[in-house]
Amino acid sequence: MRFKPRVPSFTTLMLIVGLLFLYLPMAVLVVYSFNSSRLVTVWAGFSTQWYGALFEDRQILEAVWTSLKIAFFAASMAVCLGTVAAFVMTRFGRFRGKTALSSMVTAPLVMPEVITGLSLLLLFVQMAQLTGWPADRGMATIWIAHTTFCSAYVAVVVAARLREMDRSIEEAAMDLGSPPLKTFFSITLPVISPALVAGWLLAFTLSLDDLVIASFVSGPGANTLPMVVFSSVRLGVSPKINALATLIILIVAIATLLAWFIMRRSEKRRLMLNRQTLGGE
Amino acid sequence: MKSFEFAARLKRLKLGRRAVIALPLLWLTLFFLLPFALVLKISLAESVVAIPPFGPLIEYSDQVLHVFLNLGNYLFLMSDSLYAAAYWGSIKTAFISTVACLLLGYPMAYAMARAPLRWQLVLVLLVMLPSWTSFLIRVYAWMGILSNSGLINNLLLGLGVIESPLRMMNTRFAVVLGIVYAYLPFMVLPLYAHLTRLDNALLEAAADLGSRRFNTFIKVTLPLSMGGIIAGSMLVFIPAVGEFVIPELLGGPDTLMIGKVLWEEFFLNRDWPIASALAMVMLLLLLVPIVWFHRYQSRELEK
Repeated sequence: MRFKPRVPSFTTLMLIVGLLFLYLPMAVLVVYSFNSSRLVTVWAGFSTQWYGALFEDRQILEAVWTSLKIAFFAASMAVCLGTVAAFVMTRFGRFRGKTALSSMVTAPLVMPEVITGLSLLLLFVQMAQLTGWPADRGMATIWIAHTTFCSAYVAVVVAARLREMDRSIEEAAMDLGSPPLKTFFSITLPVISPALVAGWLLAFTLSLDDLVIASFVSGPGANTLPMVVFSSVRLGVSPKINALATLIILIVAIATLLAWFIMRRSEKRRLMLNRQTLGGE
Repeated sequence: MKSFEFAARLKRLKLGRRAVIALPLLWLTLFFLLPFALVLKISLAESVVAIPPFGPLIEYSDQVLHVFLNLGNYLFLMSDSLYAAAYWGSIKTAFISTVACLLLGYPMAYAMARAPLRWQLVLVLLVMLPSWTSFLIRVYAWMGILSNSGLINNLLLGLGVIESPLRMMNTRFAVVLGIVYAYLPFMVLPLYAHLTRLDNALLEAAADLGSRRFNTFIKVTLPLSMGGIIAGSMLVFIPAVGEFVIPELLGGPDTLMIGKVLWEEFFLNRDWPIASALAMVMLLLLLVPIVWFHRYQSRELEK
């Protein structure tokens, strides 16, 4: 109407500027990964040699494998813990410790990583003094650290879905005599499964991406990918890292495209189903 | 008989309920809350050359229980102006970055919320996608762009706009730019979530009653999206105060930030008690913003 014509043009412009701002630096990384010069900022012709160098770098490949393993197990555990936390917060009404639980779920979302990392390291050191475990810090301690902060993110994602979900199905099942545990597994879980997948993927990328917390709680044995990249990047720009960045961007872009495709299809199916049920009435 | 069975079942249910509550509560208490108590404890310990490098707080010898509470670490933080400068630098940098994020993010979120419905999912994915790649690599990208022999300087030198390279790396400008770049999605998404919920009828009513666009924005849109502004700002400000990677890679000697100082005390000086004291003071400074964020977030969770 009256307020429509000019305001959107300014905000749309800002949206375009913002998206360019987000994507241009990544585009620069991708372009310069194909540069044949060692100097990353001078263009000297097309080459894929840095990809070859990347795949010969044993340290990076090992770090990728370590990171993938940690991220897989941390995301899986975080989905279990986060889902239980979300369920307890949205379905259990009032109980003792609710405020404590909800604070411990929201605080990790904003807590500076240096504080989380330092505090967990001190915990592991003193646990080792008292109980003898963990004698060596490494993958297990990183797994625990990542599970803890990732479960907070999962809890937020799952809680949002649980709140939107139609409770009457759960209530109907319970009224018909289904025990709570069975209701949860046969009714609630299938309905919120997209949120579980989204939460798992989010936790997986968060774990893969973490440098600071892993640096604090890791031992001499375990180097994650961000730790290796960081020690290389600290010394300056390196074309091998550009090649790695390009591959990461490519994988994330393909995964996102896939997710978008699936979401769009399920949305269409839902619309069609709605239309059918409406037509049948 | 029947009532007895029912009572037994109810008891089992209550036990089960407690067990379900206990699982996340215990895990988070052990691995999130308890560690903070230990940071407080170590911040009161003495730094010694040992593994681990801190002295005991409680010692029992000759039938006497000695409790050592070393306040020296905190006094040291106050005596050396480096630390105060680092805290101030962090808060200033985080504040400027948050405001810049808001100024860029708000119009972006507004345009997204007004976009045709079929575009909205694509736009949300486009804004989120960078944050799913690697934080480290996105900060690294700016090193190649901002450095003295970087893309911008080469371009400007090539065009003859400048004669000697502009110094952009290792400045506060670079750090702020890095933070805005890395945290922008966390500002845009909560804003978008609030702006999509905004009822169009309210805007139309305001327009029908003769309110000008700017007036409507100030009196209707802005107050109704306040929750998103708070959430987005806290999601940027609080982590930015403790940021380590961005000042390390893009900052320089005159962009002192507390996250970097803490890292260096811990990894280079191996002074765990001072690092702990730094963390405690940082936590104290961030307590009000964290509680604010928590209040907003739990309101969202319980809605």
